[in-house]
Amino acid sequence: MSLHIVVCVKSTPTTVNISIDETAGKIKTAGLSYAMNPFDEYAVEEAVRIKEKNPGAVVTALSLGPEHAEAVLREAIARGADKAVWLNIPECDTHNSYGTSHALAQALKKIHAESPVHLVLFGKNASDGNAGVTAAQIAGWLNWPAAISVKKIDSITEAETIVWRAIENGVDVLKLKLPACVGTIKEINEPRLPSLKGKMASKKAVIPKWTAAEVGLKAEDFSSTLEPLKIEKFSAPPPRPAGLKIEGASAAEKAKKLVDILIERKLV
Amino acid sequence: MENQILAVCLPQQGVLPSSAFEVLSAAKNLASQSQGKVFAAVIGDKAQELAKGLTVSGIEKIFAAEHPKLAHNNDEIYAQALSKIIEGKKFGAILFPGTIFGKSLAALMSARLKAGLAVDIAEIGADSSKIKARRAAYSGNALISLHLTQETALFTVLPMVFPQAEKTGSAPETILVPFEPAESKMEYVSFQPEASSEIDLGTAERIVSGGRGLGNAEGFKVIRELAGTLKAAVGASRAAVDAGWIPYSHQVGLTGKTVHPKLYFACGISGQIQHLAGMSSSGTIVALNPDPECPMMKTASLSVVGDLYELIPLITAEIKKRRGG
Repeated sequence: MSLHIVVCVKSTPTTVNISIDETAGKIKTAGLSYAMNPFDEYAVEEAVRIKEKNPGAVVTALSLGPEHAEAVLREAIARGADKAVWLNIPECDTHNSYGTSHALAQALKKIHAESPVHLVLFGKNASDGNAGVTAAQIAGWLNWPAAISVKKIDSITEAETIVWRAIENGVDVLKLKLPACVGTIKEINEPRLPSLKGKMASKKAVIPKWTAAEVGLKAEDFSSTLEPLKIEKFSAPPPRPAGLKIEGASAAEKAKKLVDILIERKLV
Repeated sequence: MENQILAVCLPQQGVLPSSAFEVLSAAKNLASQSQGKVFAAVIGDKAQELAKGLTVSGIEKIFAAEHPKLAHNNDEIYAQALSKIIEGKKFGAILFPGTIFGKSLAALMSARLKAGLAVDIAEIGADSSKIKARRAAYSGNALISLHLTQETALFTVLPMVFPQAEKTGSAPETILVPFEPAESKMEYVSFQPEASSEIDLGTAERIVSGGRGLGNAEGFKVIRELAGTLKAAVGASRAAVDAGWIPYSHQVGLTGKTVHPKLYFACGISGQIQHLAGMSSSGTIVALNPDPECPMMKTASLSVVGDLYELIPLITAEIKKRRGG
């Protein structure tokens, strides 16, 4: 047996500079283009690096999403993944990490049953939802251990991995029994561009599409996982109040005026 | 709606950090709007001792779980301890700190308790029938309003948004919950403190950041002098990090850290959307730049046009002078 790594990737809008339909309380999606969540590039790269160091290792990319998710899976293959699984569940097309983590956990169970999984890698967070907890939440459903904010995978065998988790004031060095879920951060590596060989493979790849039923999900599962925290609406953040330009005849005068205001507002 | 609210207080290196008091303040806020009651969970190797420091008014009871294996951030063992505390009780909302460990623990508990989770909430309240919360998405370009429709939901509280609950009361009754850890799939190997003694960006009240406009790595000397004077953390734009002037751990923005200080100094940072995404919710933004037309100068609360190497030392000197006088 050799290592099997799954890397979860998400198709997200190529910009975070989105606009909102305030009446409908929704994001305006018309005209948005999609690509691999930039943070997921680090997770794919890490999976491929582990594969390169462990001959025989296999990398499977997994994505939950609508039609454009398939293109992101092809991108993962171009970057070095061996195969991909597309989970297509329209009900999950929301910003609800509880429901989506449950659906992804179900897909991972199926992948794990077909070919035992050792490690599941994730990006820091999705550039749209920004939650950054899916790795740990999925691990919770599967009863696997998890670490998010990982800046280094120190070692990995088929039984365990040692990871460095960057926290506010330092690093937690953790040993996880495998299978485990690991959320990465940018410091972990520098992603390479897709190779020519990878691009060829991505064109030829046959990507299976799994539905909710195929991963064992029923309608009542969605009502219990998508409903508990119901999204009422999206709205634009309030604009920042107009700023004050500090002027003066000299730099010294400007510096003095600025410090006056900061002291007056009790900021220094 | 269940009216009992649990504030989970997590120690960092043996003390309760500011995030614990922010969680208590968010919980009290929710309680006041829902005629609810606030309970606190304190977990750690010296939880009972820590509980004595929770002299915050308005807490009904503290539940403490204590064990030597809780000396470190072991998610598995903390989840076991928290499950033991929650067992047999009903909480409508369980609030966690928005730290890396707090978010990780909340996510794990969400799946275990089969309860929804909303992370990084910046507002929480209630109307007659439901708990409501708000969080940002798309790097601050959208706000999501959500409400709770089931008995229990989990929330992580965005750092630096809620004021810290004041220690003006006396510590409430503490109930020690007997806890013996079961086997864990995670083993805590070691803690490596941040090499420098620098202030953490995520919880800093003041941040001084430098960008491409500094021109070279030496520029961070003047940035550090101003930061030192203000007791501020040092931040940087991606351009400064990519140029190798300062390590990645200082990067603020889309691919770095998201910060919410009361005061943010942007020195020589033009204000590309990627940087604004990480800091535009700061209280007061001061921009220093030779270019009056750049986006940061338009976003800023206070903007000063000028040469950075002239302005920054003058501002540092002026603050020192005013403190002295």
